[in-house]
This record gives sequence, structure tokens and C-alpha cells, in this order.
Amino acid sequence: MINTLTDPPADSTAANALKVDLPSAKYSIFKRIWATYKNTPFKFKLGLAIIVFFVLLSVIGPFVAPYNPNANITSSAGVNLAPSATHLLGTDSTGEDVLSQVLIGTGPTILLGLITGVIATSFSVIVGLLAGYYGGIADEIISLFTNVFLVIPALPLLIVLVAFIQGGNITMALVLSVLGWPWGARVIRAQTMSLRNQDFVAAAKETGESSLRIMLVEILPKLVSIIASSFIFTVLYAIAASVGLMYLGLGDVNSITLGGMLFNASNQSAFILNEYWWYLPPGLIIAVFGMGLVLLNYGLDEIGNPRLRDASKRQKIGKRNIRPSDPTPVLALLNRQVGLFGRISKLPFEEEAGKNKSKKHSLYGRA
Amino acid sequence: MKRLFSPKKSENLLLDLSGSSGPDLDKPVLSVEDFSIVYRSAHGDVKAVDHVSLELARSEVLGLAGESGSGKSTLAYGACRLLRSPALITGGKVTYAGRRAPREGIDITSLNAHELRQLRWKEISIVFQSAMNSLNPVITVGAQLDDAIKAHMPLDKHDRHERAGTLMDLAGIPRQRLRSYPHELSGGMRQRVMIAMALAADPDIVIMDEPTTALDVVVQREILTQIIEIKEQLGFAIIFITHDLSLLLELSDRIAIMYGGKLLEIAPTKNLQHKAAHPYTEGLLASFPSLTGPKKALAGIPGSPPDLRSLPPGCPFFPRCRHAGAACRSVDMLLKNVSKTLEEVHLSACPFHPGPGADKRWRAPDMIEDVIRIGGGEKTQSDPGYIDSLETLEKGSI
Amino acid sequence: MRFILRRLWFYVVAAFVAITINFIIPRLMPGNPLEAYLGKNQGSAVLTHSALCAIAEQLNTTYQHCGHKQPGIFVQYWDYLVNLAHLNLGVSATYDTTVAHEIALTLPWTAALVGFSTILAFALGTLIGIVAAWRRGGATDGSLPALSFFQGIPYFFLALLLQEIFTVHWHFLPSTGGDSTSVVVGMNWPFIASALEHSILPAATLVLASMAGWSVGMRNVMLTTISEEYVLAAQAKGLSTRRVVWTYAARNAILPNIAGFANALGLAVSGVLIMELVFSYPGIGNTLYQAVTGEDYPLLQGIFLVISLSVLAANFIADGVYVILDPRTRRRAAD
Repeated sequence: MINTLTDPPADSTAANALKVDLPSAKYSIFKRIWATYKNTPFKFKLGLAIIVFFVLLSVIGPFVAPYNPNANITSSAGVNLAPSATHLLGTDSTGEDVLSQVLIGTGPTILLGLITGVIATSFSVIVGLLAGYYGGIADEIISLFTNVFLVIPALPLLIVLVAFIQGGNITMALVLSVLGWPWGARVIRAQTMSLRNQDFVAAAKETGESSLRIMLVEILPKLVSIIASSFIFTVLYAIAASVGLMYLGLGDVNSITLGGMLFNASNQSAFILNEYWWYLPPGLIIAVFGMGLVLLNYGLDEIGNPRLRDASKRQKIGKRNIRPSDPTPVLALLNRQVGLFGRISKLPFEEEAGKNKSKKHSLYGRA
Repeated sequence: MKRLFSPKKSENLLLDLSGSSGPDLDKPVLSVEDFSIVYRSAHGDVKAVDHVSLELARSEVLGLAGESGSGKSTLAYGACRLLRSPALITGGKVTYAGRRAPREGIDITSLNAHELRQLRWKEISIVFQSAMNSLNPVITVGAQLDDAIKAHMPLDKHDRHERAGTLMDLAGIPRQRLRSYPHELSGGMRQRVMIAMALAADPDIVIMDEPTTALDVVVQREILTQIIEIKEQLGFAIIFITHDLSLLLELSDRIAIMYGGKLLEIAPTKNLQHKAAHPYTEGLLASFPSLTGPKKALAGIPGSPPDLRSLPPGCPFFPRCRHAGAACRSVDMLLKNVSKTLEEVHLSACPFHPGPGADKRWRAPDMIEDVIRIGGGEKTQSDPGYIDSLETLEKGSI
Repeated sequence: MRFILRRLWFYVVAAFVAITINFIIPRLMPGNPLEAYLGKNQGSAVLTHSALCAIAEQLNTTYQHCGHKQPGIFVQYWDYLVNLAHLNLGVSATYDTTVAHEIALTLPWTAALVGFSTILAFALGTLIGIVAAWRRGGATDGSLPALSFFQGIPYFFLALLLQEIFTVHWHFLPSTGGDSTSVVVGMNWPFIASALEHSILPAATLVLASMAGWSVGMRNVMLTTISEEYVLAAQAKGLSTRRVVWTYAARNAILPNIAGFANALGLAVSGVLIMELVFSYPGIGNTLYQAVTGEDYPLLQGIFLVISLSVLAANFIADGVYVILDPRTRRRAAD
């Protein structure tokens, strides 16, 4: 009995009845899709929608970009134009179309994040799985190493490395990967260690499965949500770090990326001159994409943790949102309190402390 | 509500019940009338407690038994309004009439949060199933005990500490354990702390929710013995919730059997044990070995508990009942007194049972369907007329 | 106590690793520090041969015209450690002062800003998380997804936006710098007031950006904690709502947040370093940037070391707080 509060105490049948279960196969495929959709946390859907939107934008972008992003206009007439019908997002100080730059620059920025995410997460999975599964001295050393990496701030190291290892976006992705794996490795290792001691692993060992097979077939599938969350945070970190480094002028700032745009905008005093059309689009895309990643991760949390899922569903009785601090509501009282327009005007279990001291009755009379 | 009882002057644990000016001592300390609780969900209401009526006498040990999912815990927690959303009390009344309550009693279902806080622990306290989970792991047991005393008793720090010490003595724990954290205590010790905690504000009723299930048999026995000793000293009433009917047979004065959110049978322990008047109770009794009685074959009850979301009308047990017939689908599930003596009240929801303890032939439910209509009406009350009509019908038909 | 000692051991090792990384990095870099130094100070003075050799020695590098040869790598490492033990971080190539002096000038600015903002963000975020969880489905809870916008936004961009809004548009606050040029640095009121005024925007950036993470973390753990039986037990005891929320629910739910402090602080420090550039804040991030662009190895090394050690120290304190708040760790260590 751990779950007394969200679930009815000790009544497993009632508790099971409350679980949202998907309609079984007798329903049509559309109904099942609809049910799945309805049961997916809102944050997950919103996050996924944002990410899909920007990924599509970066794929389609280069084909629909209205101008050549590098077509510098030599005359000063086309420079620093505010948004208009011809240039929907205006132009920058060299007369380049901001919309076209955004459409073309979003792709490489997101791609850099994804590449870093894939490399760093793969590395975390390998290190975390091996260290967690085998344990022993190797594990001690690896976990010490990951912990050290965690507390040493990454950015100074990144600045130094990127500044001196000259190179393009791929180089930056590699450098970011080198510093991006320890967090994931740590959580994957911890989870692997707890899984390793469970019965199904012992059973697999008894049946003579090889260690590699146990790791890949028995343990890895159970790590999916942790790996996903680790991947999401690595992508978030990589995009933020790469954009930040580019803003400092490190890396390939001449390639068309959102970071490069921000570097140029800042360099050409777009902020001070209030050329919002120039600096807002790249910055907002990064922020909203990051928000999508964060929301997606919260959504995954909710899917993985039923307590969060139940709690995040509005616990409403009638029109009233019931809080965990409220005593069990009584239907008769709820109904009695419904006002003229069907709204509950005041509830018997409303916290009255402080609000209405004179009305505060003691159980046995006036307090 | 008028104050009819002045707070005790001394906080001595040994209470003098005769001197109190509380309500009528013959009246039950807690009465639950026609009480219903549902869990709201998108798929409809789960009727966890369905029209249950129950009374708890002063200083009585009432056993509440049933399989998991029968609604026994929901009933007890719901009576204290401790269930969290999506639980909803859809009907009925819970009247508390402890020593400090006014003569007419307090209807718990009409209290607001502030009033409930005064009622909780001071009047009704709970010993939770798992002491490990119900103790805050990061503060000392002394501080948690102090919290409970402080919330309900106007004592200064020194007196509170003294009281905490007295409670520890009472529960059989060394006083220096007040400074311990829960994880530093053994399982049995933790449960004793929970018992001391339950007595902190000197309640009239203690609800014990499977308090010994997690413990080994020896510790379990020690603690149960201690509970009964303390109860004899302090005179509170106990609602003892468990799925272990054999435990209740030794411990309780009366036993109530729940199934599918409904009350099936309530009787004094002796009656229930030897003269069960409901096939479900008989099934439960046959499913564990008796410690003292003769050897007999053990029999479980086939089938599984019902789905409370879509409970068919009539008796919830009928799909698993070997005596079931067509009439069981329309039985009204009202409790009727089946006792043969006037002193005892033995209530059962099965109108077809041949009667307590009798080895009479079982009346086939489909044959006597009209009896239900004759007998239906009064609930939980002794109805000699009903018994008579049954008797005559039986005599006449056989 | 043993838990603390074990952690202390970890921090000693971590510090040692940081010191070693710090030793290795400049040696992996292309170019010769001495040449960089000479390049910086070109024309400022014509150095004598012996002076050059002295500088070369201080920069831990070889200059072929000097008599001495570069010692072996282990000897260099030993010398480096000995120098560190004497707090001798070398001479800055760009500022013409010792690295220690330069760091002493700038570190307090950053430490004060990060320390204050991180603690404020932690407190505010945790509070919001508690309210959101206790009133789940309420207004606070509903606005949490919106807060994640600030979690996804890069620190420096948020800094730029705030700067744009509050200084360019509204002329509310000073846009750059750490204090006004008209005040004298020291323990006097005009300086403190000016420094505080200048730190409002940087601090606001930090708090806004890092608060969301704390809030959501706290909310999620708190929701799980609320469904623990000891919270129900506390309610059954008739304790006041305030007592239940703080002593029973929040008291337990805050533990994972404190354990996660290490990760968050690292992120905050990284964010601050770039953000300081936006506000031209006279902190260590700005100096770091100068060191990078000026290829000032000794300064770079010194800054990296100081930041690493500061974060380690902050983490050690957070660990200590955790041990105080969770008695179970004391037991675990004693086992």
C-alpha cells in the first residue's frame, strides 16, 4: 500500500477501474487512435507538435525561401528594411532577406542538435549500460569520471576547445558530444544497476543468455524512457550551447545558422537599433523549439509516472476542482451550494481560515 | 452546536468515563446510515461503498472483514472524510457521538475542513497499514508525536514531551526512541509508534487498517495483545479492518462482512463464527484452518471479486454463490435480523439462507421469490414479523 | 559523518581531475604562449633577454634563445602543482598583471551574481512548484508549461531581450556594466546601490531562466509525495494545512531538487559566462572571453581552474545540506 492518496485505499478493484484503459480490439482503428490521442498528456502533444513543425519547416524551408540568403544588395537602399510585402521579415544590414535566412538556417541548427544528441546519447548508453551491468572497478572509475564531468562547468571548456579546434558545424557537434554524455550515462548506469538485480535478468542468466544479449534484449528496452529523456536534454543543451558559442563568434559564424544570425545581428547593433525583425525570429525559433523539447520531456514523465498522470488530470467533481487538502466532498453539500447560475458559490469545505474569522465555529460550539 | 462537554482538566491517560457528561452512553459512538461513496471516473462511477449502515458501540471492537476491493477501507476512511479525489460521498450520514460531542451527535458529512481538523485524531484516529509509509521519514518520531499532541491539546512544550513519553510507555517503546528516525526502528517498533501516535489526543475511536499485516506472526501477536490491553485501560472503540477473518474471530466483539461495496452480514463474533447466515461468510470461514476446532477440508471461494463499475442489480455475490438462483438478481440487499434471541442482533443480507446455524435444507432462491417482496422494507432493524412470515412460509411449503 | 567524508574524498578527486585537465588543455593548443604574449605587448617595450626568459619561465614554456631547456612533462606538472599550492597562477598576457589579481578583481562580481540568483531562483521555483502541486489543476499549475518557454530559451538571448525592453525601450535600468562610472569601488552606499541597480537585469535573466526547471521538478516530486501515506496520515492527525504542506509534503519533496543542484549550478555558471558579455558585466565570464580572444593562456587556465573549484565547493555545500535534511543518508553511510 503506497498509493493511498491518489488511488482509493486498499481497494485494488476500484483502483483498477479508475485506470484509463484503451478500448480493446473490438473498436475501430480510428476510435483507438482517438482514444490514444485523448489519453496522451497535453504537454506531450504540444511539445511534439512544436518539434514536428520546426523539423518540417527546416526540411521545406530551403525550397520555399523567397530569396537567396547570400544575395547581398550592394546599394544601401535594400539594407535594414523593416518587414514589408516584399520582405516579410525585412532585411539585415547587408540587405539579405531575414525570412530566407531563417528558413534555411533553422535546418543546420536543429541538425547540429540532433547529431550531438545521437552521438552523445549513444555514448551514454554504451558507457551507462556497461558500467551499470558489470559494476566493479571499471564502474567505480567510470562513475567517478562522469561525476567529475558533471561538476566541472562545460562552457569554459567548450569555449576553449571550440576556440582552438577550428572547424565547421560538424566539429562543433563532435566537441559538444564529448562534453554532453556524462549526465545521460549517469542516469542510465543507475537504472541499469537496479534492473540488473531484478529477477528477469537472473532468469535470463540461468537460461544461458550471453551478457551482450541480456543487455540489448532484456535491459535496453526498459531504459527507453530514460534514454529518450536524456536524448531530449542533450539536444536542448547542444542547441543552446552551439548558439551561445556562435554568439561569442566561435565556430563557423559565416554559415547560415540561427546562431550565426544572432551573432551578426548583435555585431551590427540590431538590438540597440531596435531591428526586432532581424534578431527576434532566430531567437524565438530557438526558444520555442527548446520549449517544445522541454514539454515533450514533461509529457514523457507523465506517461512514465502514473501518479503524475492521474494528478495532472483535473480532479473535478461537478464544476469544482478538488485539491488534495480538501476533505472528501459530499454530493448533497455540493448540490446545496450551487448558486443561481449553476455555479458553486461557496463550498462547505472551502478553507475558511483567515478569511472569515468570526464565522469560525468550533466543533463543540464557538471557539 | 452547543458545547455540552467541558475539556478534561487532567490529561491523565486513564480516563474516568463515568464522570463524563457526554451523550447517551447507550447510543452508539459512531453510526453510519445509508452511506454511499463512489469514485468518479470517465467511465462512470465506481460504487465502492453502496448504501451501508453500521453502528459502532462504545468501547467495542468491531471487525470489518472482506477481500481487497470490498470497500472496507473506503468505508472507514470515507467516514472520516479522508478519501482524496475522485472519491465522492453520494449519500448517507455519519453521526459521531463521542464523550465530547453534543447529545445529538455530530454529522461528519456536514463538517467543513476547519471543523474536520478538530474532529480528526482527537475523536477518531487511525493506525495505518504500513507504519514505514505512514511515518514521515525525515523527522523524528518524537516530533511527529508532538505534532499530533500540539494540534489537539493545549499543553506547553514540557507537558507535551511528558505526554509523548507516557504514550511511548503505554505502547511499550523505550522513551529514548522519541529521538529516533523511523528508519532506525524495527517494523514492530514502528507499528507501536503508530499506536502511540493514534492515542496521542485521547480519541474515542481508533480505526486500525490492517495494522499487523506487514509484521511477522510473533510480533503481530504481541502487538494485538498490547492493543487490547490499552483498549481495556482507555476504553476507546476500535474498527479493525482486515482481510484475515481468523484474526477477527479472536479479537473483535462483532464482525461485519463486506463484499462488492455492500454489507452482507453483521453479527456478534460467536454468532458469525458458528451460525453464519450468509453464504459468503460461510465461504470465508471455510477458507482458513481453525486453530482450535476439528480438522476439516479447506475450501476457497471460486471466482473473483466483482467489477464495481458495472455491478448487476441484486446480490453482488451471486455469480460466485453456489446456492444462487434467479431471485438473487432482484434481491434488495437490505439487512434483516435473523437472530433467534432478542438480546442479539444478527443481520444478514441473504433472505434465502436457511437461518443461523441451522442445518436445514437450503431454500432455492427461485422458489421463494415472492418472499423478498413480503420481507423487503425495514432495514437493519429487528423485524420479528418478517422472521415469522418466513417461518410460516417454510412450514407451510415443506 | 562517514557520508560526508566519502563525499569529501570524491571532491578531492574531482578537484584533482579538474586541476589536471587544466594542466593538459593549454598543452594541446596550437601556437606558443610566449609568442602570443609578445604579440599582445608588441611595441610596448623592448624586453631584455633575461626578462624574456623570466616571462617564458612564468608562462611555463620554452624560448629557444634562453639557456634553459623545457623540462619533461612530469616535472612541468610538478612545478604547476607547486605553483598552484602557492596560489601562483602566473602572469596574464593581456592585462599585464598576475592572473590571481585579475581573478580576484572579477570573481566576486560573478560569484555574488550567480550565488544570489541561483538561490533566489531555487527558492522561488520551489515555492511555485509547491503551490502548483498542492493546487493541482489551478492557475499556477496551468501556467507551468508556459514557464518552460524560459527553460528553452538561451540565457544570452533572454538577456538581450530584457536589455532591449528595459534599457533601450523604457530606459528603466542601466544597460551595461557592473556599476556607474561615477562611484568609487568599495564599501560605500553609492557604490553598493549602483552595483545592485546594475545587477537587476543580469539577476532577473538568471532567475527567470533557471526558475522553471526548479518549479517543474518540485511540482512533479511534490505530486508524488502528496500521494504518500505519511501525508495522508498528517491530514488524518488534524494538522493545519500549512503544517501538512511544509513539514510533511514539501520537506520530503525538496530532497531530489537539492540533489539536482550540481547539474543546475553547472548550467547556471555556463549561462552566466555568456550573459556577462551581453551586459558587459565586469565578471569572470567577460574576462574569460577576453582571455580566449587574446589567446591569454595563463589567464584562461586560471579562470577555468577557479570556476571549476568554485562549482565543486558549491556542490559540496549542497551535499552537506542534503545530509542535514535527509537523516537516511547518515544511516546509509553508517551501514
